[in-house]
Amino acid sequence: MASDSDSDGDFVTFGTPLEPLEEDEPLRKPVPLYEQTVKDEKGRYQRFHGAFTGGFSAGYFNTVGTKEGWTPATFVSSRQQKAGRQNARPEDFMDEEDLGDHGIAPRQITTTADFASGRKDVIRDKARAITSLSAPIPGDTVLEDLVAPARSSMGVELLRKMGWKDGQGVGPRVKRRLCKQRADSATRAFGSASPPNGSSESQDEEDGEFVPENVTFAPKDVTPIDFTPKVDLHGLGYRGLNPLAALRGGPGAGHINLFTMDSDRTNSLFGEDRKGQRRRGGVAGQGFGVGAMEDDDEDIYHRDIMSNYDTVLGGEEPGNGLYGWTAPQQYNRKKKDHSKDAAYLGKILEGFTLASDKLETKTIFPPPNLPRDFRPVHYFRPVVDLSSVSPMVAQALQTSRGHMAQEEPSKGGRHQLDSAQRRELLGEATLQGPSSVFDLLKVEDRERLSSLRRPSSDTSSGPRQPTPGEARAAVVAAGVAAAAARASAQKALSSRFAPHAEQQQQEALSVWSGPTAQAQTGQTFKPFERTPHKQARYDLYIDQLKQGDRDALELSLDPTMTEWERGRERDEFVRAALLYKPSSSSLSCRFTRGKQDDGVEADTVEVTRDQENDVDDKQAAVKMKMFGKLTRDTFEWHPDNLLCKRFNIPDPYPGSGFVGMPKVKRDKFSVFNFLTVSESPTASASPAPQGVKPSEPGKRSRWDVSGQAGDKERKEKDPVSEFLSVARIEASGSGPEASTTDGPTTDPTVEPDTEQKEEEEEEESRPSMDLFKAIFASSSDEKSSSSSEGESEEEEEKEEGVRSKAGTGPQISNQLNVNTTQPAPPVSTTPSQHPDILFKTPSGPAAAPPPRDQEMEEEEFGPRLPPPSSTLTAERRPSPTPSAKDDKHKKKCKEKHKAKKHGKHKKDKKQKKKHKRHKHKGKQKKTKKEESSDSSSEGSDGNGQEDGEEGGGVSTEELLRRLKSIRGKNLQ
Amino acid sequence: MSFPQPKPEVPQLPQNLLRTIDCQQGAVRAVRFNADGNYLLSCGSDKSLKLWSVSRGTLLKTYSGHGYEVLDADGGTSYQTQSQGWLTLEIPFISTDSYDNSQLCSCSSDKTVILWDVATGQVTRKLRGHAGKVNCVQFNEEATVILSGSIDGTVRCWDTRSRKFDPIQILDEAQDGVSSLKVSEHELLTGSVDGRVRRYDLRMGQLHVDFINSPITCVCFSADGQCTLTSSLDSTVRLLDKSTGEMLGEYTGHKMKGYKLDCCLSSKDTHVLSCSEDGHVYCWDLVEGSLMLKLPVGKAVVQSLSFHPSETRLLTAMEGRVQVWGAEPEETEEEVVVVQQEKA
Repeated sequence: MASDSDSDGDFVTFGTPLEPLEEDEPLRKPVPLYEQTVKDEKGRYQRFHGAFTGGFSAGYFNTVGTKEGWTPATFVSSRQQKAGRQNARPEDFMDEEDLGDHGIAPRQITTTADFASGRKDVIRDKARAITSLSAPIPGDTVLEDLVAPARSSMGVELLRKMGWKDGQGVGPRVKRRLCKQRADSATRAFGSASPPNGSSESQDEEDGEFVPENVTFAPKDVTPIDFTPKVDLHGLGYRGLNPLAALRGGPGAGHINLFTMDSDRTNSLFGEDRKGQRRRGGVAGQGFGVGAMEDDDEDIYHRDIMSNYDTVLGGEEPGNGLYGWTAPQQYNRKKKDHSKDAAYLGKILEGFTLASDKLETKTIFPPPNLPRDFRPVHYFRPVVDLSSVSPMVAQALQTSRGHMAQEEPSKGGRHQLDSAQRRELLGEATLQGPSSVFDLLKVEDRERLSSLRRPSSDTSSGPRQPTPGEARAAVVAAGVAAAAARASAQKALSSRFAPHAEQQQQEALSVWSGPTAQAQTGQTFKPFERTPHKQARYDLYIDQLKQGDRDALELSLDPTMTEWERGRERDEFVRAALLYKPSSSSLSCRFTRGKQDDGVEADTVEVTRDQENDVDDKQAAVKMKMFGKLTRDTFEWHPDNLLCKRFNIPDPYPGSGFVGMPKVKRDKFSVFNFLTVSESPTASASPAPQGVKPSEPGKRSRWDVSGQAGDKERKEKDPVSEFLSVARIEASGSGPEASTTDGPTTDPTVEPDTEQKEEEEEEESRPSMDLFKAIFASSSDEKSSSSSEGESEEEEEKEEGVRSKAGTGPQISNQLNVNTTQPAPPVSTTPSQHPDILFKTPSGPAAAPPPRDQEMEEEEFGPRLPPPSSTLTAERRPSPTPSAKDDKHKKKCKEKHKAKKHGKHKKDKKQKKKHKRHKHKGKQKKTKKEESSDSSSEGSDGNGQEDGEEGGGVSTEELLRRLKSIRGKNLQ
Repeated sequence: MSFPQPKPEVPQLPQNLLRTIDCQQGAVRAVRFNADGNYLLSCGSDKSLKLWSVSRGTLLKTYSGHGYEVLDADGGTSYQTQSQGWLTLEIPFISTDSYDNSQLCSCSSDKTVILWDVATGQVTRKLRGHAGKVNCVQFNEEATVILSGSIDGTVRCWDTRSRKFDPIQILDEAQDGVSSLKVSEHELLTGSVDGRVRRYDLRMGQLHVDFINSPITCVCFSADGQCTLTSSLDSTVRLLDKSTGEMLGEYTGHKMKGYKLDCCLSSKDTHVLSCSEDGHVYCWDLVEGSLMLKLPVGKAVVQSLSFHPSETRLLTAMEGRVQVWGAEPEETEEEVVVVQQEKA
C-alpha cells in the first residue's frame, strides 16, 4: 500500500488551474450583460440572434436598412444620360460579409461552364432528379435532354478538332493486340466469370473478326477513375436512397442496396436490371414500413448477408474493361508471367512477379584503411624539381616538407612523457618523497579505501591487491611494466606509424593502471557523453585499463562494428585515455576538481571556419623570399553593415547575419579535435583533464620554438589564451600561484632547455632575453628558492620602489604568451627607465615623469618603444664643452657589462613582489650587481650625477656608439 | 606617344635640417603631419599631445587628457590621388569637405582612444574598450570612423557619428598585438606582432593575410594604392604587391631589432624611408632598392617619421625632439638652432 503522501502525488491534473484566490483581493465583479459585447472585424457591434438559431443578426436588426432607415438608390435620369434599366442581382443586396470567404456567396475564381470538365454538377443533378419526378414521364428527363442545346465543353471541342470522335478513346491509334484476345480466351477457358455485360457484344465481334495488319484502331474509351473527393458524411460507399430506383420499386428483389461498388453503379447507369422483374410501385425495403397494399413483408427487417460484402480487398475483378491505364495495378496485370513465376522455387509475395531480367549484383568494396595520421585536409606544396633549383633551396624545401616527420619522433615524444619518464631520460635521481598518495596514507586507511573501491571498480573481476603490501608490490610491478613499456616505446619511436600506436596504448595502460588512477574513483572525464554507447565502451576500456588488462582495448570495442569504425574508435579511445589520464604523482592530491566543468555550460566552442594553412610551409617560403601565393591566405570576412555605411561602401554580404570571420561550432571535447594530436605533440601532453583547448591543427607548441633560431620571432597563440592574457592584465591582482596550475609551464624538467635558451640569447646579446629568465625563473624558483631566501629578502627591501610597477607582466607572459613576448620583451622598463630619469631631472620644466605604477603597463608584448632619451648627454649635446660628461661616459663604459646583466635582472626583481621567495637559481652570483642597480633605480634623482656607473639599462653597443660620437666631436 | 615623356626629375630627398623642435613633452612617441602638411602632431610620453606649426615651429595647442603616454595620433588621412593604371581619379574636394581639420584622434597606453576638438582642445569623446595599450589609431577617409589597434590583438572601429560609445566592429583576427594600421578608401591594413599583415577589404568582404614571419612594426599603403610597405623586426622593409602578396622589393641595411619604429613612402612613391635604431633615417630608391640616403638624425633611436603629403618634407622624432627635414636648406635654420641652444 502506498502511503497517503504517495497517492497524493499520483493525481493527474487536467486543464489550467484557477488562479489562487487571494484573501485581501476584492472579488472580481462579473461583467454585466450589457457590457458583454461582440464586435465584428470592423468594430461594429453584433447582437446575438437567438440562442438556437445561431449566428448574428445581419444588417440593422435583420433589415437591410440602417439606423436612419433604408435609403433607396437615387434615381437619376437626364436627357444626356438616360437611366438604364437596372437589373437587381442578388449581390446588390449583400454586404461585404456575405461576399467574404465565410459569407453566403463567397467570391471565388471558378471555371466557367464552357471550360468545366464533363463531371456532373452535383447540385444540378439533384435538381434534375427532383424535376424528373414531377415530369410528365416520371423518372425520365428525356424531353429535357432532347431540347437541351448541343453544348459541349471546350475540351471536347478541342478533341474533336484533333480528330476524336464520340465513343472513341483518347490516344494514338493502335493495332489490335493479340494478347488481348489471348487473355480473353484464357478467362473463358477458366470459365470462372462470364464476360462483363457492358462490353460483351463488342468483344464477341472482335473475336470473330479478321484483323488486317495495317489497320489501326482508336483505343477503347475508358472511364477514368472517379477522383471526386468525398465531401459528405456518409459511410464509405454509401449512396443514399436513389429516388429514381426507390420510386420505381427498386431494382433488387426488395433489397435496396445502399452500398454499391463502382461496377454496380455503372451497371445501373446502363439501366440494366439484374434479375427479372417484379415491378412494384412505392418505396419498399428495409427501413420502410409495409403498406396496406403490400402483400408480403419479406424485407421489412434488414437481414444482412455476408455475401453482400466483399471479403477480399478489392473483390473480384470487375473486368468490364472500363478502367483505363489509371486503373489499379492488379487489373492491368498481365497473366503471361505465370509460367516464369511457377519456375521460381521460392515464395513470391502477393502482387509481385519475377523480374524479367536480373539485376546486376553490386560488388561492394570496403573503403581503404586510412593511414594513421591521415589528415583530411590537403595543403598544396610547391612542386619544385630538386634538380633544377639550387641545393640550398632544395634543402629548405625538404626540411619544410619533412619537418614533422623528422621532428616528431625525437621531440614530440618528450612532451608525451610524464615527469617520471623524463626524469629517467635525464638521469636524475628519483624524488625522495612518497611517490603516490597511497604512500601518504596510513595502512588502515588504505585498506578502507581499497575495500571501498572494490565494489565500485572491481565488480567484473580480477585478483586485485587486497592488502597494502600487495598494493605496493603491484605499484612496483606497474612501475617495472611501465618502464619496460617505455623502453619498448622508445625503441619504437624510431619508426613512425604502427609502433607509435602501440606505444600509445602501452602508455595509456601504464598511466591508467597506476595507483593514483585507482584512487580517483568515478571522477574520470567523460569525453563521449554525447553517445552513451560509446561512452559505455570507453568506460569499460578505462576500467580494464585500470586493472592492467593488456587487451583492454580490443575487449571493450564493439565486435559488431566494421573494421574501420573499430580502428577509428580504437584511436579515439587511446587518445582520450591519454588526454584525460589521471594527473600523476602526488600532485593529484593537491588539486581539487573545479566545481563546474567548462564543458557543462558550453559543450561547443566557436572556431573560425577557415583555418590558416601550415605555418611551416610559409616559413620555408619566407626563407626563400617566395612571397605571394605561399604566404597569403584569403578568408571570407564580413564587415559590419554600419562600418560599410560609414565607409560609403555597399555591404558585400547584405543580409549576412554575422560579422567577422565565419565561425563554426565544434564539439569542445570531441576527440576528433585532437585527431591531429600525434602531429603536434602538445595537446596530448597536457595533463590537465579539463579546460583542454581545441588545438588548431598545424599549430605548434610554444615549446617547439626553441628548436629553430628563426622561430624565435614567431608567435603562435590561440585566441583563447590571448583573451586570457588580456583578462589577466585587467585583473592584475591575480596571484602568482594561479600560474602554476596552468599547463606545461610547471614542468620542472623544462629548466634545462630554458637555461640553454638563455645562453643562446646571451650570445646573441639580445637585450630582450632577460624576459626569458623572468618567465622561466618563476617556475624554477619554486624549487630553488629556499637556498637563497635570505638574499632575496634583502633585495626585496631595496626594490620596493621598483617593484610596484613590475607587477603582473612577466607572470602573465609566464602563463600564456611566452611566444609573444619572446621577440619583444618588456625591456623598455629597463633601458628606458634610467634614461628617462636622467633626461628629465635636468630639463627642469619638462613634465613630471609618469607615475611609476603606471609604468607596469610597459610590460610589452610587441615591439618596444625606444627609450625616451638615451642619456643626459643626448640632451646637452649641442653644448660646447662635453668634457665633463666624457668622464661619465667612460665610467659607463666600464660598467657596461654590469649594466647589461643588470638589465636582464630587472624583471626578476620585479617579480619578487609576488613571488616572495623568488630567486633565480642560475644567477645568484650576480646579486651584488643587482643590488647596486636596485639602488640606482630607486634613487632616481641622484642617478644622473652620482652613479654614472650605473648608467641605466643602455645596451653596450649604444654606449660604445655614444662614446665614439663624442670622441668624434671632440676631435672636431 | 603624343605626349612628350616628362623629363625625369632628379628625385629630391629631405636631406637638409630645417628646424628642430624641442617638444618638452618627454619622449616623442610619434610625429605626424596633418592632412595638408601644414601642421604636425607630436605624441609625448608625458601624456600630452601637441600641435605645432611646421613652418614656424611654434606650439599651437596642447591637448591633455590622456592617462598615460600618447602613442599615436591622426589628424585625418590626406586624400591621395588614387591612380589606377592610366586612369587617374582625383577627388580633391570630397575629402576636404568631409574632413575639415576640426578633429584629432589619439591613442595612448591608458587603453583609451580620444577624439579631440582641435580648436578648443577639449575631449570630444573618450573611447574605452581596449584591453591593453593602444598602439595605433587612424581616421577613415571621412573621419567618420576611428580605427584603433591595440596590444590586445584587436582592431576596434569606433563610430564618431553616432552617440554610441561601443565599437562598430571588433576585428580580433590578429593573434598578437596590433602594432600598426592604415586605412584607405575601402581597405584596412593592419600589421601585427604575430608576423602577419592583414588587409581587410571591405568592398569585397575579404581578409587577406600575408605571412612575414617577423613581428610587424609598421605598415603603409603606397600612394597609388597598389602596394603595401611593411617593416618588421628582422630589420627588413618589404614592398608587397597588394593584390597578390608578392614581394616587389626588399630594403635592408638599417637596424630594427626590438623597437617599434616607423617606415613610410615618400609622397610620390619614389622612395622608401625607415627609421633605424642606429640614429639614422634610411632612404632607399623604391625601384632599385639601393640606399639613397642615410640621414643622420642623432645618436639615439629614431622612433617615428612622417612624410609630407605633397612636398619633400620629412619629420623625424628622436627622444624629445622633432626635426623637420627638407630638400633645400632654409635661412631660418640658424635662428632655430640658436633658440635651441639658448633653451639648453
